[in-house]
Amino acid sequence: MAECHPVGFQWVMEAKARGATIIHVDPRFTRTSAVADIHVPLRAGSDIAFLGGIVNYIIENDRWFRDYVVHYTNAPAVLREDFRDTEDLDGLFSGWDRENQTYDATSWAYEGTDVAAAAGQREEFTTEPDSSRGTAGAPVHLDPTLEHPRCVFQVLKRHYSRYTPELVEDVCGVPRQQFFAVAEALCDNSGRDRTSAFCYAVGWTQHTIGVQYIRTAAIIQLLLGNIGRPGGGILALRGHATIQGSTDVPTLYNILPGYLPMPKAKSDATFSEYLRNNESNSGWWCEFPKYAISLLKAWWGDNASAENDWCYDHLPRLTGDHSHMVTVGDMADGKLTGYFVMGENPVVGSMHGQLQKKGLRELEWLVVRDFSLIETAEFWQDDPSAVSTEVFFFPAATHTEKDGTYTNTQRLLQFHPKAVEPQGDCRSELWFMFHLGRRLRALYLGSTEEKDAPLLELTWDYSTIGEHEEPDVFEIMKEINGYRVVDGIPVGGFTDLEADGSTACGCWIYSGCNKDGVNWAANRTPASEQTWVAPEWGWSWPSNRRLMYNRASADPDGKPWSERKAYVWWDEEQGKWTGHDVPDFIADRPPSYRPADDAEGIDTIGGDMPFIMQADGRGWIYAPTGVLDGPLPTHYEPQESPLDNPLYRQQRNPARMEWRRDDNPYHRPFGDPEYPYVVTTYRLTEHHTAGGMSRWLPWLSELQPELFCEVSPELAAERGLRNGDWATVSTARASIETRVLVTSRIPPLRLRKRTIHQIGLPYHWSSRGLVKGDTVNELISFVADPNVSIQESKALTADIRPGRRARP
Amino acid sequence: MTAVHNNCLCGSNARNERVRTAQTQRKVGFFTDTTVCIGCKACEVACKQWNQLPDDGLLFSGMSYDNTVHLGASTWRHVAFVERPMVENTKFSWLLMSDVCKHCRTAACLDACPTGSIIRTEFDTVFVQPDICNGCGYCVSACPFGVIDRREDDGRAWKCTLCYDRLDAGMTPACAKACPTESIQFGDIDELRARAADRVRELHQAGVTDAYLYGDSREAQPGTDGLNAFFLLLDRPEVYNLPPHPVAPRKTIARSWRSMAAASVALAVTAVVSVLGRK
Repeated sequence: MAECHPVGFQWVMEAKARGATIIHVDPRFTRTSAVADIHVPLRAGSDIAFLGGIVNYIIENDRWFRDYVVHYTNAPAVLREDFRDTEDLDGLFSGWDRENQTYDATSWAYEGTDVAAAAGQREEFTTEPDSSRGTAGAPVHLDPTLEHPRCVFQVLKRHYSRYTPELVEDVCGVPRQQFFAVAEALCDNSGRDRTSAFCYAVGWTQHTIGVQYIRTAAIIQLLLGNIGRPGGGILALRGHATIQGSTDVPTLYNILPGYLPMPKAKSDATFSEYLRNNESNSGWWCEFPKYAISLLKAWWGDNASAENDWCYDHLPRLTGDHSHMVTVGDMADGKLTGYFVMGENPVVGSMHGQLQKKGLRELEWLVVRDFSLIETAEFWQDDPSAVSTEVFFFPAATHTEKDGTYTNTQRLLQFHPKAVEPQGDCRSELWFMFHLGRRLRALYLGSTEEKDAPLLELTWDYSTIGEHEEPDVFEIMKEINGYRVVDGIPVGGFTDLEADGSTACGCWIYSGCNKDGVNWAANRTPASEQTWVAPEWGWSWPSNRRLMYNRASADPDGKPWSERKAYVWWDEEQGKWTGHDVPDFIADRPPSYRPADDAEGIDTIGGDMPFIMQADGRGWIYAPTGVLDGPLPTHYEPQESPLDNPLYRQQRNPARMEWRRDDNPYHRPFGDPEYPYVVTTYRLTEHHTAGGMSRWLPWLSELQPELFCEVSPELAAERGLRNGDWATVSTARASIETRVLVTSRIPPLRLRKRTIHQIGLPYHWSSRGLVKGDTVNELISFVADPNVSIQESKALTADIRPGRRARP
Repeated sequence: MTAVHNNCLCGSNARNERVRTAQTQRKVGFFTDTTVCIGCKACEVACKQWNQLPDDGLLFSGMSYDNTVHLGASTWRHVAFVERPMVENTKFSWLLMSDVCKHCRTAACLDACPTGSIIRTEFDTVFVQPDICNGCGYCVSACPFGVIDRREDDGRAWKCTLCYDRLDAGMTPACAKACPTESIQFGDIDELRARAADRVRELHQAGVTDAYLYGDSREAQPGTDGLNAFFLLLDRPEVYNLPPHPVAPRKTIARSWRSMAAASVALAVTAVVSVLGRK
């Protein structure tokens, strides 16, 4: 975190100054480890075994928060009789379809019910199954004693029973004393009086089983009662260049703003089907139609009416997976004609650089928008005669040259006003998209063809400012916030949205950021002039709430779990929820409220059910639906590993996405003699991801001027590598040359009577800019997590030899 | 739960504190607390940006994450990365330390400067006036810390100005302003000393008994009469590439003269004796 989020890390340092214990789990000793109380080096790709070990420790030592677990999680829910765990099927759950390499999740459900996922599979699908909302509700069969052999708690206990400290040692290479130190510190700092938080970034996500890494942390945090409480939570460290914002108002292919799913061709043909598949019968997603209709109203304005299903047919339908690697594979196969690359440098930042370039070579045209002539724009220079792609480069304005907001990892919108005009032809993304839309509309003007109606009927009438005709960001903010159609007055929040076409809203979760026409994202009250929750700095979605699910900070009766951790609570006298933050609950719903059997909509949410986005109001220790690779996280080895899986015969995530093609060779699943070492890739503080923002700046380039690999003195001795000299790192995909940095910060690990060496590779360099080097991601194959199609760049195998690579 | 209004790493909210105007004759400096440095190098970059300094060459050093290597004419803040191996029961550690001109109370560079280019400012900082410097380089050899250096292209001597221009405008120096963890603290030197002493006490109580202050007072460092930019360290000064006993040449001048006088007398006596002895 100190490496990649040094500014956010100031709060960790402050917590440390106030007595917090900082634990850093990472194969490498980094700048974070330098100031942490405990650093635990582990084998890259073994985190579920480590975290699963903690789950087992918590249960075995009775360290879980009983009142929280029984009331607020699905631990008491009883599962169907036909559910089988990985313990029964040697690494597979019931429902595995060997032929299609996917799971049928039917047997994972609660007994007697069918619960829809609040997130995950609803929008993050890859294999286009039918959505499964419908008769959702609370589990029919609950066992508050947690004794029922088929209740989630007992299933969990059995699932992790073999994740012992000894196993952690064997899989992760973490000595048991070190494991105990972590588990004890975590448990000691959880409970009524104390909370602990997890922070993670792409070191957890970029695996073929990445989603389940975070699920394991969620299980720990629910068992310890660390969700919805101050100082708790699981914090995804994202926020560079508004990455959080890019999923809220998405740049992803499979979601619409506010995490509404993109319609699917197979299952969402009509609007009523789309609503039926996504509207929940209980929990907050009952409100789904209000958000969907308000979004369509924002996009197609007066053209959208109840008669034409609010122009639902103007939305494209998904026919399959169009995630990044799938698209690039198709591109390499000549199935795509054009490609927009905006603020991204896939030739350097994405996996398998050679395949990326092959894809670009097959295009008819390519548009790149960036600050500099990055490698993706210049890929053709390798061999101009072999490339017929027409490349258009548009210089981009920087954040200081445009108005806008960043959304950081805690969902905080912060406005940044323009400081200077962009130079030359540099323009903002907003300018580019707006004027592109304008020109396209002009091109199709007068067309009566049905296919052109979505474009021509789109509301695309933003005012423009200045000689460059920059669209007015405040009009866009108002649209995102939502407004009353009749008079254009901004709504106060998403609870003001309606399903009758009387409101329009571009992104329901952002509703309220422009309440009363005020740009709340520009709020800048200093910390010293407001409460410790700091509600007057920026604006946080939803409803300026700083901590989600904060109803869980009070006990089922609505009283704080402890004085020390009081956050929001039920005020009996006033008959409403109150506290330090905006309560994440229906304001006047008493803790004693229980929904009637025939309750509908948000009336289904009980007064003691904090997790209002879930159809059953509970935190999901066990995911009965929504995750494609299992209801409980299970340790599988990475696609390429030095070791076999000691837990199950199933070596790797059975549901992972593979690309079986000649230009994407894989190593042996384990023990490949040609590639004996583990490689993990990462970023350094001094550079920004694929380098577009740092390799052209001398002040940053001089701080980390060359690609290097980090190896231990032991590995250096084994392979004859010398500090400062060259080495060549090879996989079946590519060979790259790097400088060698010999350091004890990446120690070899001892496990199962052998030594595991790991090689660290920061991936910022490539062929352009002030500082150059080989492209690390060329080493990495196309292989992905099934839930979110993310690559596996944090754990793979490779070889390393002294000297420079052979020149072609 | 107590409300946290100020960043507790430094007591008062020094980052937002505005420096008073020069008329009040403040004595200011830096207290660099290496125990909270995360090695992000924001100080190096902020310094270069504010002072518009050129890069120092794009060379890989092979010395941990330190490619700047040392302070120089174009690098006025430098973050050292010291990988300290495990010794017996100690943990492996990575010492991170942002180095800077010490603004010594007895400044060797200032003493050595023949042109009067190097002056002591109203803030008690040491400043090189670039329009007067003739590039003789006497200051370079005089500095016991190896801080000041001549630039290849114009030959003049350059070093940290403690952002004199920013101080003049009531602003915090760029490096301290950019530091995300308040490892670099700027303020009145007396206040910084008190804060640093508290911090050492706090660390000792927390079991970090190696913590000590380097150059915080005349007593601690008689060779310089104390530094206006002092440090909290966790190991011997040499580990951070700092001299254990820096001495400004002025401090040894009396001894030099005495030695020279003694040598002259001895030579004279030898001459006389040898001449008389011939007889």
